[in-house]
Amino acid sequence: MAELNQNRLKIAQTTLSTKIKRLVFDNSVPILFIIICLAGVYFSQLPAVFIVNTLLSRITRNSFLVLALVIPVIAGLGLNFGIVIGAMAGQFGILIVTHYKIAGFNGFMLSILLSTPIAILFGVVTAMLLNRTKGQEMITSMIAGFFANGVYQFILLFLVGTLIPLKDPDMVLSRGIGIRNTIDLATKTGIKYALDDVLKYPLFNVLAVIAVITIIGLVINYYLKKKRGYEGVDNFRFVTLIIIMLLILGTSLYVIKSPSLLKSVKLPMVTTLFIAIIWAFNELIMKTKLGQDFRTIGHDMSIAQISGINVDRTRTIAMILSTVFAAWGQIIFLQNIGTLSTYGSHVQIATFSIAAILLGGASVTKATSGQAILGIILFHTLFIVSPKAGNNLFGDAQIGEFFRAFISYGVIGVALGLHAWNKRVQAMRKQLDTDVL
Amino acid sequence: MMEIFNKIIKRIGLPRLIISLLFAVIWIAAILLDQPMGLLASDVIRRFGMFGVLSLAMVPAIQCGTGPNFALPVGIICGLLGTLITIEFGLTSPILGYGFISSIIISIPLAILSGWAYGLLLNKIKGSEMLVATYTGFSIVSFFQIGWVTLPFQHPEMRWPIGKGLRVTVSLASTFGEVLNKLWGFYLGKVYIPTGLLLFFLGSCFVVWLFARSKAGIEMSAAGANPKFAAASGINVDKNRIIGTILSTILGAIGVIVYSLSFGFLQLYLAPLYMAFPAVAAVLIGGASTSKVTISHVIIGTFLFQGLLTVALPVANQMFPEGNLSEMLRTIVQNGIILYALTKMGGES
Repeated sequence: MAELNQNRLKIAQTTLSTKIKRLVFDNSVPILFIIICLAGVYFSQLPAVFIVNTLLSRITRNSFLVLALVIPVIAGLGLNFGIVIGAMAGQFGILIVTHYKIAGFNGFMLSILLSTPIAILFGVVTAMLLNRTKGQEMITSMIAGFFANGVYQFILLFLVGTLIPLKDPDMVLSRGIGIRNTIDLATKTGIKYALDDVLKYPLFNVLAVIAVITIIGLVINYYLKKKRGYEGVDNFRFVTLIIIMLLILGTSLYVIKSPSLLKSVKLPMVTTLFIAIIWAFNELIMKTKLGQDFRTIGHDMSIAQISGINVDRTRTIAMILSTVFAAWGQIIFLQNIGTLSTYGSHVQIATFSIAAILLGGASVTKATSGQAILGIILFHTLFIVSPKAGNNLFGDAQIGEFFRAFISYGVIGVALGLHAWNKRVQAMRKQLDTDVL
Repeated sequence: MMEIFNKIIKRIGLPRLIISLLFAVIWIAAILLDQPMGLLASDVIRRFGMFGVLSLAMVPAIQCGTGPNFALPVGIICGLLGTLITIEFGLTSPILGYGFISSIIISIPLAILSGWAYGLLLNKIKGSEMLVATYTGFSIVSFFQIGWVTLPFQHPEMRWPIGKGLRVTVSLASTFGEVLNKLWGFYLGKVYIPTGLLLFFLGSCFVVWLFARSKAGIEMSAAGANPKFAAASGINVDKNRIIGTILSTILGAIGVIVYSLSFGFLQLYLAPLYMAFPAVAAVLIGGASTSKVTISHVIIGTFLFQGLLTVALPVANQMFPEGNLSEMLRTIVQNGIILYALTKMGGES
């Protein structure tokens, strides 16, 4: 018994070096890609203003979509390739709003509102399908996305103008049937920048303020906990966070003081707020009964069943949430892009979002909102710099472009392979345990 | 009455019945729209032979228990490489089938090697084969996009006249384009019968059928049908899964060579990305499931699916001149049938 206690003590007093080792080991994927991204930035020789500016607009427009992936992962549904279907719901919302020529912020909110019931319906149908194919959810959601794409094309290309009476020459093809390939959202009647342009502040000023507030919050929290004699105070975590925040603060102040053009980079505040809200939602829902049910099901479906959780119903709720968020995310995405490519905007959404969250260090069974955001930063840095870096290194921009396509497919492939392997090893271990008993 | 009806449906299989009806409807539409019947029938037969071997590649994969081979692009890349090497070194004498036979001979060792490596991977991830296979296929195709730009092929027919890398489509007109189609080909009324192509496809079917009846083939099917029972009776399940994967990869390589031959062009870059899906859909339409398949499923399925798409194209274009109705039909039928098969697969095993 005494020995056991000593062991426990040893574990509690892990040295700093092991902690750092563990941090590096647990985050090996993001660290690897941080290095690749930095190398890419270096070899691309692009100006910092360009990178930061492009990256910022890509982060703000894609984050919502990637955050939609978190809940299904926790609920054990794996990476939801079905966010493509949610994106279609969002595009239906945009099409309706554009048709009625409701522009700006009102149009944006209305399209969010209109797409929600459609997305809920799609979510329910997808969940019904996934509940019939337990254990094969990811391939099912992927094929379901392909299938839905066919139906989507059928509705918009052939039912519009025949069954659905729509005669808007701005939207319908000249023959009177079918929606045009591209719909311009940038006109006075569109929703381009409806959310982004509400309020904009210089990025680095905002970052400085956030860093200061976070540092104050962290310090107060730390001392309150110390004072109360709270046991689980994690000094390492506290110091790491403080260092990161100080770095952010320092960089921001440096940029603000310097004559660099970086000062002029502006952050769309409302879009950022939307992202913060869904991030908070993803965190807070885990504190509720529903969130705990998600976690239990994700851990072991049969145990969840025995402990009285309605598994199918909870999985359906997770899918509905993900699909609705994907619909909203697609609307946020398109208001920034400014043109709706009717038959193309949604097709690659799932691949890119999933590759992004995996780069951030998520896996098929574990994902956090923080990983999602980190992943987006890495994935899009790679996206921005790789053609130019490819050009500078190999004399051919194509190679860089192919490289990033390979990364997005390859990282998904490797993650899925590792997960399947892990699942099998665990199943075999379980088998061994039962055999011994 | 209802009982008999249900029995018939069960015997034919719902998907096969629906697709057959759709096929019949499209043919009637084609007749009503006054399409050139002879040309249409010739096209159906040509596409049947063209896609046949690719669909056949599903048979060993399903039989050995790894499920439909969504990683067909692994084999396809081997086939493409074999053809490119053939053209590069000019191995296109008539004895070598104007390059057809040499392409196959070169691609087979490549396919054995990559099929073996891919089979090892599949043994590590039992239970999630289809998903991992899909992304293995995607990854290999996107990886070889870099390859097509950087590999040192020099033949002027394959390279861009200016700039780097291989062309997106390489014409086979001067080598073995349509060689099999023309071999012993003849007109039956207005319908062209590409005898060589059909014979090659049916011959491949026969070889696979023969293999399934050999000792090794029976062992492989046993390992696929019930791995635990097979292992208990002394069959090395993992080894047999690798054999099945290698065979499937080889057939994929030969399949794409036949496909390119009949098409007249070699398609590089992104073209092979989704090539596995029509092949999977074809055998499923033919009546196969994710764990059971016969040669007849391949023949019936390829004929129905490719036939449907071939006839649908001109019919759809005449009815809706703009927009790609037949492409849409392909997407819906192809992915609908795969979804249907997934739901029939049942839950977690």
